[in-house]
Amino acid sequence: MAGVSVASALRERLDIPGGRPPFSVAGPLAPLLPGGGLRRGSVVAVRGSTALLLALLAAATVQGYWAAVVGLADIGVLAAAEAGVVLHRLALIPRPGTDPAPAVAALLDGVGLVALAGADRITDRARRSLVARARQRGAVLLPLGPWPGADVELRCRTEAWHGPEAGAGRLRSREVQVHATGRGAAARPRTARLLLPGPGGAVAQVPAGPPRAIKAVG
Amino acid sequence: MTADPAPGVAASPARLMAVWCPDWPVVAGAAAEGLTVQVPAAVVSANRVVTCSATARAHGVRRGQRRREAQGRCPELAVLADDPDRDARAFEPVAVAVEALAPGVEVVRPGLVAVPAYGPVRYFGSEPAVAERIVDMVAAQAAAECQIGIADGLFPATLAAHRGLLVPPGGSGDFLATLGIGELHQPGAGADRSALVDLLHRLGLRSLGAFAALSVDDVASRFGPEGVRAHRLARGLDERPLARRRPPADLTVTRTLDPPVDRVDAAAFASREPAEQLHAALAARGLACIRLGVRACTEAGEELYRVWRCAEPLTPSGIADRVRWQLDGWLTSRGARPGSADASTLPAGLGADGSTLQAGLGGITLLHLIPEEVIGGQALQRGLWGESGEEDERAGRALVRVQGMLGPDSVFTGVPGGGRGPADRIRLVPWGDDPTPARPAVDPRLGAELPWPGRLPTPSPSRVPTTPLPADVLDNAGRIVGVSGRGVLSAVPYRVAMDGRPPRRVLSWAGPWPIEERWWEPGGGRRCVRLQAVLDAEPGRTGEPLAVLLGCETGRWQVEGIYE
Repeated sequence: MAGVSVASALRERLDIPGGRPPFSVAGPLAPLLPGGGLRRGSVVAVRGSTALLLALLAAATVQGYWAAVVGLADIGVLAAAEAGVVLHRLALIPRPGTDPAPAVAALLDGVGLVALAGADRITDRARRSLVARARQRGAVLLPLGPWPGADVELRCRTEAWHGPEAGAGRLRSREVQVHATGRGAAARPRTARLLLPGPGGAVAQVPAGPPRAIKAVG
Repeated sequence: MTADPAPGVAASPARLMAVWCPDWPVVAGAAAEGLTVQVPAAVVSANRVVTCSATARAHGVRRGQRRREAQGRCPELAVLADDPDRDARAFEPVAVAVEALAPGVEVVRPGLVAVPAYGPVRYFGSEPAVAERIVDMVAAQAAAECQIGIADGLFPATLAAHRGLLVPPGGSGDFLATLGIGELHQPGAGADRSALVDLLHRLGLRSLGAFAALSVDDVASRFGPEGVRAHRLARGLDERPLARRRPPADLTVTRTLDPPVDRVDAAAFASREPAEQLHAALAARGLACIRLGVRACTEAGEELYRVWRCAEPLTPSGIADRVRWQLDGWLTSRGARPGSADASTLPAGLGADGSTLQAGLGGITLLHLIPEEVIGGQALQRGLWGESGEEDERAGRALVRVQGMLGPDSVFTGVPGGGRGPADRIRLVPWGDDPTPARPAVDPRLGAELPWPGRLPTPSPSRVPTTPLPADVLDNAGRIVGVSGRGVLSAVPYRVAMDGRPPRRVLSWAGPWPIEERWWEPGGGRRCVRLQAVLDAEPGRTGEPLAVLLGCETGRWQVEGIYE
């Protein structure tokens, strides 16, 4: 059924400020998001996983758009590259100062995807102005953590790690459950089971066979 | 085995006359300083001699020398600052003088003008006659010395002007063939081909003729587009094929200047915004300008027009520079126009910034920027990172603004390089710096990936603490797990306590992988083992399993990465 979109999805896609299409995301993540991508001008909160954030940024940077990550000094840049992010279009602002809002506002003017850690330090007022700015510029704000009034909130829960077994093997992939809730078009909750990271580092579908559950080792 | 050009490309370029003023920056600088021709002078930029006068050359001063060395050879040397604005301003009278005899003047750069030769030659009867008249005219009106060269195409004409030659029609190829390969690199003329020239020289291609005799295909496969352009020049063709596009008429940018611009500094300000608009309009159509027309109307109703020709497609600042230079030139030189009393001397007040327009002409009231000739914008598709699309420009501006708020060391991009641990393999480069990796991951000559034995395989941790977190790896009796000299664990890891938190059960683990780095360096070696562990939730809490990368160095465990 790939390529066939139902009427509701079409409506979501047409409901775009400025008529610009959403930023695309990797295939396995698309069913979680209304319109199949990161809608311009929206706020997508990511909770519980840096890897999920990186996976969301990847496809857009491949298409020539820019992404910025604010306030995440310990981001694994190599993991970003493995997730498919084009590194020279990923700007890192690890230390945005005590109030990250002005830097985020400046970034929203020129960068399509702005991820932000430490959003709890932003006042409600600055928060509203950032949302308005993102909507006006057609950018997407991706707070890492809770964000009251986010259009979409993605929660990631680790189910199991595959690979290591009592000294042998190595970490290969992680099975996660991503749960999407939100407002408006995203009000209907959606859930997906994914490999994040998958075998190559990028996000992948869970293979059809029964997953090898990980056993506790004594 | 002469190169066989594709049909349609072989049409020889138009016959051009190049009027070249030798050592123009020195001439302009000396005039601004009020020095006579007898005083040896040199223009110095970044402590190196860029140009020197004939007198200085006679004393042994050469281009490329250090300033101190040049002054050592010629102690009375007048050292002049490098100032393209001054050069451009002072050059306007020369362009005016040439234009008085030959229409269609194009300024290539300060010091070099190109004119189509056909018309003036027909009018004055012969090429030598035209050359003689132009030399006289420039000497009389602009008090500058110049040499004339006529040939087919700009590049041969320029080289002919350097030698004062009139190359017969169709003879440009033969003329070029005898010249040295070094002529391909003209300092100050746009593209820097010094590396190519050096390479060709070492390959035994000592003359332009030898280079031109190679086939285009061979040159393209070995030297790339830059080489093909140089090859076209060596064959006496234009740098780009004659597939230029006529610009759509509506691209002309017009500005009414109110109040009229009559000062040089105001001209600088007025030129910037229209230049950016013109560039944006062209870029939106995938075009870039290589010949720019600047038209201005003055308060007295006079209309001024000048064309600038460039080897490289013009950037916004390139357009703004040329417009500013042109306005400067008009504003400062019009007072000394032909017919005025002091026409035989260089205009007074050259280089005096802010000098006002001479009475009787008024300020400039209307400015048109006309893209006379455009090419497909692909030539511009190389910016800071090898491409410069609109998104990159917007992002670049935003990042620079953030740098303005937080300081230059606030915005980074990650550059992957060689190494073993997750932190070693990434270098964070401040925005705007040269993005070279700390250690190469790829052999620059072979293009193959370099081996880093012991490198962690994918996936890499998504969080890499900037300072590794202290950790305790415990066995089932609560003792800290040690590592032997051969990289063997003393016991099976059972619990891990991270950063002072309560210990978490180990669900599974992999490793240990010993790493020995730079053991050959005295005191610089590093020995450690790495271990991946999947940890259960903290005791007494519901949570998710967490995978971590642990490292043990000098008996101490720490968390090097978190797979979150």
